[in-house]
Amino acid sequence: MSRAIELPPIEDEEAARPRWSERLAALAGMGTGWRTIAAKELSDNILNVRFYVLLAIVGLAAIGTVYFSSQGLKDAAQSVGEQARQYTGQAPLFLLLFTVTGNPLPFPFFSLISFVLPLIGIAFGFDAINGERAEGTLPRLLAQPIHRDDVVNGKFAAGLAVIALILASVTAFVAGFGIFRLGIVPSSDEVARIVAWVIVSIVFVAFWLAFAMLCSVAIRRSSTAALVAVGVWLVFSLFFNLIAGLVAGVFAGGSSDSLDSLTQRLQELSPITLYQEATQALLNPAVRTVGVLLPSQQDQLSSAAPSFLSLDQSLLVVWPQAVALIALTVVCFAVAYVLFMRQEVRA
Amino acid sequence: MAEDSGLTETGGVAVPGPVPPSPGALAAQDARRVHPRPHTGSAPVIRTRRLTKRYGDLIAVDRLDLEVHRGEIFGLLGPNGAGKTTTILMLLGLSEPSDGDVSVVGLDPTRNPLGVKRRVGYLPDNAGFYGSMTGRQNLRYTARLNRLRGESAEAQIDDVLAQVGLTDRADTRVDTYSRGMRQRLGIADALVKDPDVLILDEPTIAIDPIGVAEMLELMRQLVRERGMALLLASHLLDQVQSVCDRVGIFSAGRLIALGTVEELANRYGDRQASVTVGVEAGPDVDGPRIAEAFAALPEIAAVERDGAVPGELAWDLRVGQGVAEAQARRAILRVVLEQGLLLTRLTRAAPSLEQVYRRAVAQRSGLASTPSPAQPVDRGRRSSPRKGGRGGSSSSRGSAGRGTSGRRRRT
Repeated sequence: MSRAIELPPIEDEEAARPRWSERLAALAGMGTGWRTIAAKELSDNILNVRFYVLLAIVGLAAIGTVYFSSQGLKDAAQSVGEQARQYTGQAPLFLLLFTVTGNPLPFPFFSLISFVLPLIGIAFGFDAINGERAEGTLPRLLAQPIHRDDVVNGKFAAGLAVIALILASVTAFVAGFGIFRLGIVPSSDEVARIVAWVIVSIVFVAFWLAFAMLCSVAIRRSSTAALVAVGVWLVFSLFFNLIAGLVAGVFAGGSSDSLDSLTQRLQELSPITLYQEATQALLNPAVRTVGVLLPSQQDQLSSAAPSFLSLDQSLLVVWPQAVALIALTVVCFAVAYVLFMRQEVRA
Repeated sequence: MAEDSGLTETGGVAVPGPVPPSPGALAAQDARRVHPRPHTGSAPVIRTRRLTKRYGDLIAVDRLDLEVHRGEIFGLLGPNGAGKTTTILMLLGLSEPSDGDVSVVGLDPTRNPLGVKRRVGYLPDNAGFYGSMTGRQNLRYTARLNRLRGESAEAQIDDVLAQVGLTDRADTRVDTYSRGMRQRLGIADALVKDPDVLILDEPTIAIDPIGVAEMLELMRQLVRERGMALLLASHLLDQVQSVCDRVGIFSAGRLIALGTVEELANRYGDRQASVTVGVEAGPDVDGPRIAEAFAALPEIAAVERDGAVPGELAWDLRVGQGVAEAQARRAILRVVLEQGLLLTRLTRAAPSLEQVYRRAVAQRSGLASTPSPAQPVDRGRRSSPRKGGRGGSSSSRGSAGRGTSGRRRRT
């Protein structure tokens, strides 16, 4: 009887010896699964109406802002020229195209972009996982020999690639407009600044994409997920400074100095503030400082001769902002990831 | 050790030991150690031992012992939410067992889910497809996820599309497909990777009767030609019973019966045979009067109207206690002749799996509530509910049904 119960252990040679390809893939930390998913999602994204609508909206808005900016460019160029007489370094004429506010439109190109980027990120992420769930494709997808994280990774990569495509093409369009219509040729420093700005913008949009994907994992209905994501964006973009001021008022002591610095510190919890600060420093070489300053830094600044910063100096200025943005993105992505790994497959 | 006794059995369905010391205890044991018949040749491709899944207090799957072999169609049958889908998810490594062991194609799905998923084709319940892609594109995506590319993958896709009869519609968008076509595409999708094991969850749901017949034939063919093992989960017992080599009946997370359909019918069905008699309908054929005539026969215990074949009147006649079937048949024929009727058929009615299922649940729930030695489970003979096919102890059956649906998750 005791012999009968001794079934062989559930194990076999194949479990003990995983295939070499698998071992190598595990060593490299990635399989091919996410790439297959990313490729499919990419073609989905590009064939989707959503892509064209967003491209059209962003493109038209960009044309409008740049067209009107170019009208106000003359005045701006004069003031920069005057500035350049006092400052040392090269005057950034070409960058004015991105930062000058034109007459009928209340905002320059870069703030238009900082306004729409979160929306684009949300648009490409809010139904990433719950959409698959609703369609009933998720169990089928997960029954294929892929890791579960491949789904999140692939979708994130595809979404980011498409958004980067939109952003890069619109920026290139604006730059081309400047070169051909206005005849301003960018210096290499300016080109590098624009590239750096595009990269920071991609990080910024990655945060919103990761956040929207977090919503799509946590919330079963994609419409609810979209609403939540947009709601959070509204809070950050409209009310966050207000909230930061209120909270700082509660915690700061009587002095107005400490109130201001606390307010600013709280504001820097918002990815939107971080991005705006980084944008300022990157697109305007005259900006020597963003965010909170330590007293020692303030002393240094007041004693320094005014000059346009070189790119590497500007990069040093925005470094904390960029790192903070990346950190926020990673946190969002990690939470989405962990939630998804722990979720039941069935709806 | 009492636990061992079942393992020495060689028969299909586990039967309590020859001299049960305590029938109640043995029956309770029997509930979870029903043993599959030893299959000729290979080791089982699916094996679970004391597999358990708990969600908090709820036990979705309760100490399941199961073996499925190569070249076999195994039906995992039971109502919605009995734990079928949970079991399947554990077999695929998509859900982690709370307890027990699983082995699929010799691998542990919890530790090597990719290895298992590479060799197991799975059609989920309510499988969805990307509506904006064509059927072929959907299959191609699955093939790529299985690292199949190029010529061989395309050939395989053509092959499975032909097999499920979707070649004509392969290049139209899936959102134009009917529900049945999606279901067939789902089977093609599970077959793309040329699996050793095929797991189909509710494959016949939402398919018209002809489609079901085609699909069942396809399953037979797959098992015959490719020698794969097929695990079929369904709550439509009667639809799939014809195709299954063996079935396991699931209720509230427990496997309450296991064996071939015949074995289960013998065990849980009526002890007394039923005969179906059909006569040609006509203007002067009086149904109720004929039924009365049958009922008046001493050899017949119960009469039930059956069938809906146009132009035919048919009844299920249950042969009375202690009466030979042949004797009953003669009596029936006599009535037919006396009434001057045209006989269309006189066949033995097989007890349906549904009947078996109800009976098994009724017994099991009776057992669970009162584990007394007065209700041994063996042979289903002495248990109380035995009135007609659908009679049974409606109270206990009803409570079982309600209890389970309230406690379980959706499958």
